[in-house]
Amino acid sequence: MSHGLVKRLSLCLCTALLVSSCAKQNKQAFYNTGIIYCSESNPVTFNPQLDTSSTTSDASSHQLYDRLLDFDPGSGRIVPSLASSWLVSDDGLTYTFQLRKDVWFHTTRYFEPSRNFNADDVIFSIDRWRLRSHPYHYVSGGRYPYFESIGLAQNIASVERINGYRVEITLKRRDSSFLANLATDFAVVLSEEYANQLVQAGTPSKIDEFPIGTGPFKFDSYRKDHFIKYLRHNHYWRTQILKDDEVDSSAAQVSTKQRQEHAPLLVEQLIFDITPRSSLRLAKLMTGECDATAFPAQTELEVIRTKDDLILAEKPGLNIGFWAFNTQRPPFDNPDVRRALAAAIDKNTLLEAVYFDSATRAKTLLPAASWAFQNDADDTAYNPVLARKLLANAGVAPGFSMTIWAMPVERAYNPNATKMAELIQRYLRDVGVEATIVSYDWATFRRHLQEGLHDSVLIGWSADNGDPDNFYRPLLSCGAIPSGTNRAMWCNDDYDNLLNKAIQTDDIEERRAIYKQVNRLLYERLPLVPIAHAYRYQAYRNELEGMTINPFGGVRFGGVEKTL
Amino acid sequence: MIQILVRYCTLFVLTLLVLTIISFSLAYLFPGDTLENLTGLVPQNEIQRAALERQFKLEQSYIFQYIYYLGNLLTGDWGYSFTSGLPLREEVGIAMPATIELATYAMLMALFIGIPLGYYAGIRSYSTSDHLINSASITTYSFPVFWFALLLILIFSLELDLAPLSGRISLIYDIEPVTGFILFDVLLSDIENKSLAFKDALSHLALPTVAIGAITTAAMIRITRRSVIDVKHRPYIAAAVSRGLSSWQIFFRHILRNALLPILPLMAIQITTLITNAMIVETLFSWPGIGNWLIQAIYQRDYPALRIGMMAVSTVVITLTILVDLFNRLIDPSREKYERATV
Repeated sequence: MSHGLVKRLSLCLCTALLVSSCAKQNKQAFYNTGIIYCSESNPVTFNPQLDTSSTTSDASSHQLYDRLLDFDPGSGRIVPSLASSWLVSDDGLTYTFQLRKDVWFHTTRYFEPSRNFNADDVIFSIDRWRLRSHPYHYVSGGRYPYFESIGLAQNIASVERINGYRVEITLKRRDSSFLANLATDFAVVLSEEYANQLVQAGTPSKIDEFPIGTGPFKFDSYRKDHFIKYLRHNHYWRTQILKDDEVDSSAAQVSTKQRQEHAPLLVEQLIFDITPRSSLRLAKLMTGECDATAFPAQTELEVIRTKDDLILAEKPGLNIGFWAFNTQRPPFDNPDVRRALAAAIDKNTLLEAVYFDSATRAKTLLPAASWAFQNDADDTAYNPVLARKLLANAGVAPGFSMTIWAMPVERAYNPNATKMAELIQRYLRDVGVEATIVSYDWATFRRHLQEGLHDSVLIGWSADNGDPDNFYRPLLSCGAIPSGTNRAMWCNDDYDNLLNKAIQTDDIEERRAIYKQVNRLLYERLPLVPIAHAYRYQAYRNELEGMTINPFGGVRFGGVEKTL
Repeated sequence: MIQILVRYCTLFVLTLLVLTIISFSLAYLFPGDTLENLTGLVPQNEIQRAALERQFKLEQSYIFQYIYYLGNLLTGDWGYSFTSGLPLREEVGIAMPATIELATYAMLMALFIGIPLGYYAGIRSYSTSDHLINSASITTYSFPVFWFALLLILIFSLELDLAPLSGRISLIYDIEPVTGFILFDVLLSDIENKSLAFKDALSHLALPTVAIGAITTAAMIRITRRSVIDVKHRPYIAAAVSRGLSSWQIFFRHILRNALLPILPLMAIQITTLITNAMIVETLFSWPGIGNWLIQAIYQRDYPALRIGMMAVSTVVITLTILVDLFNRLIDPSREKYERATV
């Protein structure tokens, strides 16, 4: 170490110690400039088209990108985003999107956009997952799990550019959940200009590692197992007021008019502190090293509730935990037997004992967050006397034995399936049914389920968007038996016809009416007993303002402010 | 003198060579296919396997492979981590200074608190204050380090909210790693709010340093105290007393330096303990050091990382131990006489 350096260091040290005493004010202002979020794991990529895990979409979807459409977190309705308006043709096959002008892509050290967002970017983003012949299709693996699972690529006939700010998408078959699919976390809009530049540079896969989007934050740096750093996107279209020369002025100067228009004010930095251990995330939240954390464990909720400076936000999530009967095996092919077993259990006790009241009772497949939720739907009730009578009428002798398969993993929709199975076992004994609990490791469990070796199973489903079709179709339609999501192995033509009828129309009221019929049908036939919709939790410090739980996917920080 | 230097150098080089042999053979001792352990790839067919084997020189004899490995180590080509895909040299280069920094501050703490207290207790041996210091140091010395660290976290972070519990500095500060030592990096960086960042880094350092340093401090107190008591009973002290020197004069002229000599070699042993403790404490405080990094590598079965990590840690420990030993020789030539045959 040179003499000069030593001098410089000691000088710095002295100033540091001197200044530190009067830095309190300064400190608060500085800490307000960044939000730290303790996330649970490393994202697989920074492009949510390529991965459906919530870690990936948390880290990318709402931070870096925008979609053509968005879900309104409150009502679940589809609202404009990059598309300012859209038209659907009368036959329901052609969708025309009018795109927003003056939307800027991120300027970073690895990319400088020369033009604003336009139709080319939309076409590029959709064609990338839609067309196998697209030069970018096989970059980074070539798998687009969300779009594959709903078969969207096969249903799109063409994506055409009408003019610079108008795009027309033509479908092969009517699909009223199409718009909802475009609003999911996975349907993000990438930059076509950036993609072209990368192709010329010979490094196309960088598009998913060094992302460019139009979202509220731009990517700065990522160290695996440590952190992801984002900086404010100064030209974010929702906060157009922050033009170049005003960027330096403090956030307080942004007019209140903008606030009224719900334009998000952005903090300068957003940091994801990757902390896999749940207890450590909670500890960091308590000491203020994190401002918000992902997935607090069920057992930690009480601790968070007792702290004054922590806020635990909860919202019913888009999920359903249920008890499905294998309707292809007698006597479970008899709806009366299924109804009898449903009447034998007390759902409220299950909610208390298994979910610790962190869930709402499910009457239908749909949680309250969905727009098609039916408040007055019929529900089964605890009635052992009726259960015994129904069983006797159906010819099921006392002492009949059956299996309950309990899934071996924890999920929000069922945090402890084994415990639930034990409770159900006891209820069934009261009505003269002997139940055995079966469990395998997760892979074997699912394989055997698909083969239909179970009598009944405790399992559930988490949906990707608020569209009711995302619940009804994969869970109980005939087509879902081979793909392995229809755990009741139930196939009913009336049911399938109703579902198809529902996505043939775009009139929300009409669809709602159809889903009411569906709910009624399910109540009568009862291929599965809906048990609970688990809450989604988010814990954060009370310094954060504007945090909302987004029931339709990942966390979003655009619009969150911090005041120490 | 030159003889000693040569002997130490030979010792150093030979020990390192033995280490490289061990770390080299680890690739064959790890369970599973050697090729997969080394490359992290599962060859799809025989052609691919042959190509990979050629690339990693696995088809050659063990001797040749070893020489090749040694060459790679020396040229700085340490291979890549399976999990992050980054060069291992870069990863170790970030993690190692973090551990050394922590260990250094803990050592400084042990020296500046442990030795004066040890002297004090030694001079006042068997008085009340000596008993107090002695029992406190025995108690601290018996703490398991991970338990003590957890206790500190519980009290100072979670209950009193005085210090943060993880990392080196708040992620809000964008500090470029130049030296790898966070305090120096903060001072060398050109961020605004430098004083805030410095304070933040200090508060992050406080708990882990205390957790590691406490045990070494206790050890230092006990070693120093013992040594001072020994020196106090030497005949030359009695002679000095009879010459009528004041107790301060006796302390500064005779006890201070003579008591230090036996302490130094024992310090060398403490360095190993210190680094081991630092590695344990790191994982508790999520300190991005080599211990934390090695644990991650173990979880992920990242064999190349384990190999290099082991090499790096043992090289540091051996270097420090030999340097301290050499230093002892230089300042205490009297050891030469009776230890000649033991090296």
